[in-house]
Amino acid sequence: MTAPEASGPAGAPAVGAEVEAEIGRWRQYILARGSVSAEDADELEDHLRGHVDGLMDAGLADDEALLVAVKRMGSQAEVAHEFARQHSRRLWRDLVLDGGTPRSRDGILGMLAFGAAAGLAAKVMWLLAANREHVQDAAPVGIPLVLGVLATFLWWRRRASSRVVLAIGGTAVGLAALGLAYPFDARADTAILFAIHAAIAMWLAVGVGYAGGHWRSRAARMDFIRFTGEWAIYMFLIATAGGALMGVSMAVFQGLGIDIADALFLWVLPLGLGGATVVAAWLVESKQEVLETIAPVLTRIFTPIATIAVLAMLAGALVSGGFEDSRESLIAVDLLLVVVLGLVLYSLTAQSPASPVGWADRMQLALVVAALLLDLAALVAMAGRVAEFGFTPNRLVTLGVNAVLVANLGVTAWLYIRRVARRGDLAPLLRWQTGYIPVYGVWALAVCVVVPPLFAFA
Amino acid sequence: MKVGKDLMAASAAPLVLAILAEGESYGYAIVKRVRELSDGEIEWTDGLLYPLLHRLEDAGHVTSRWGASETGRRRRYYEVTPSGRAELAEHRRQWAAVVGALQSAWKDVADAAVLGTMRPGVAL
Repeated sequence: MTAPEASGPAGAPAVGAEVEAEIGRWRQYILARGSVSAEDADELEDHLRGHVDGLMDAGLADDEALLVAVKRMGSQAEVAHEFARQHSRRLWRDLVLDGGTPRSRDGILGMLAFGAAAGLAAKVMWLLAANREHVQDAAPVGIPLVLGVLATFLWWRRRASSRVVLAIGGTAVGLAALGLAYPFDARADTAILFAIHAAIAMWLAVGVGYAGGHWRSRAARMDFIRFTGEWAIYMFLIATAGGALMGVSMAVFQGLGIDIADALFLWVLPLGLGGATVVAAWLVESKQEVLETIAPVLTRIFTPIATIAVLAMLAGALVSGGFEDSRESLIAVDLLLVVVLGLVLYSLTAQSPASPVGWADRMQLALVVAALLLDLAALVAMAGRVAEFGFTPNRLVTLGVNAVLVANLGVTAWLYIRRVARRGDLAPLLRWQTGYIPVYGVWALAVCVVVPPLFAFA
Repeated sequence: MKVGKDLMAASAAPLVLAILAEGESYGYAIVKRVRELSDGEIEWTDGLLYPLLHRLEDAGHVTSRWGASETGRRRRYYEVTPSGRAELAEHRRQWAAVVGALQSAWKDVADAAVLGTMRPGVAL
């Protein structure tokens, strides 16, 4: 039907322009399904063309050959669904693609209802803070409640089993009750530690809700790590925009001679903050594509910057001969380790497991090793301080957090070294990081339960 | 006769591993080989081969590389790994057990049928 084109490779039967365009459309269509990457599409297209060539050799016209080959390839929905299952890069794709109908609920009404509930939970925190006798209880009670609502929202979207929501509710109520029952005193060191660690423990409960109960699945855990990063970005964006709007409103109403400070700080702020936790989660799930492209870019930008910063700090430690005021500096180093761990996790989620060793891996390795060396310097200073003055709640927890982070990053560094040396894939790193997640939960719960009584609620 | 869906799904991985054990290959060639080996009885949905190959790759049973076809198109080639060969051996053991059990069971049925024809009363 079509004369072989002069430009076609020798020996291969060439297809006509019309069929060529048809193949292009087929490729576009399969890519639009979302679960098929460009590489997958290349592979499928090669298959399709191989089949078309074979059929044309057997005497079929090019358009007939394409029809048969496309038919044999299977329905695009089915193929895309299989790819989604294989990648399981995105839990939501699985949920959406399963059976062709969305299984997760994405109604705006539900999101608004849960957002309102989270806002009210945050308002409880504000009420406690306003009560002079319970100032210290505000965050220990409020944080589990707000995050409990968020976790329940995700559970509701997944339509997961009632056992999941019982686990979430049990954790949230248990922590809030503990926060209320513990008689934190006015110094509130242990109350702050409790609040921070209750937030970490509750965040893992959010993870259980996010995974719809499949929290043992490695893919679900990886998705949750990704969700965490994207949620944090959305929260930051909402908080920045909301804060700016509140500032402008204050200024305008002040000009009008109306004082709205109370309305803003006692109502708008808690309701907005609580509601934002749910809205951000909803945005992460609904506006997936937006951040999917931003996250890898952010990682690429921040990893080199962070590496340079940590190397500069290390050089500073060498020049100055180590840390002086140990507790604050160890807290700062702990925070730095959290940032480094965050970058490691983020870059892991942004890479495909089979991606080859590149400069990014060496950069990550340098970053982790430099941070660990800096940590060593801070620990030396801390050891002297503990020997001299004994343990305080802050010192104990700072050291504990340090141990949890160093154990993770030490093995991470080792796995990166092996990856760079043997050109292996990312699977061991992914296994390690996803397997480590429960450690944070155990640690956080242990701090919440044990540390306040241990130090007489100081 | 067409092989049923469940049976096809169960036999897909061992078939692919066995074909790759013959040497490096790519998707379309694997599908063609399956058709040859089964005299056309096994009709795969071609597109579903790739998720399977990628699953095997994630499990470490095969490795892949991008090369070029004879006409210069980008083509992904797959090769079996030692772990894939071990997996294939395991598949063979399991399939041998299943096939052995089925053959014994069918032989008993056939024997009973033969006895039945000799003594019509029993068959009823």
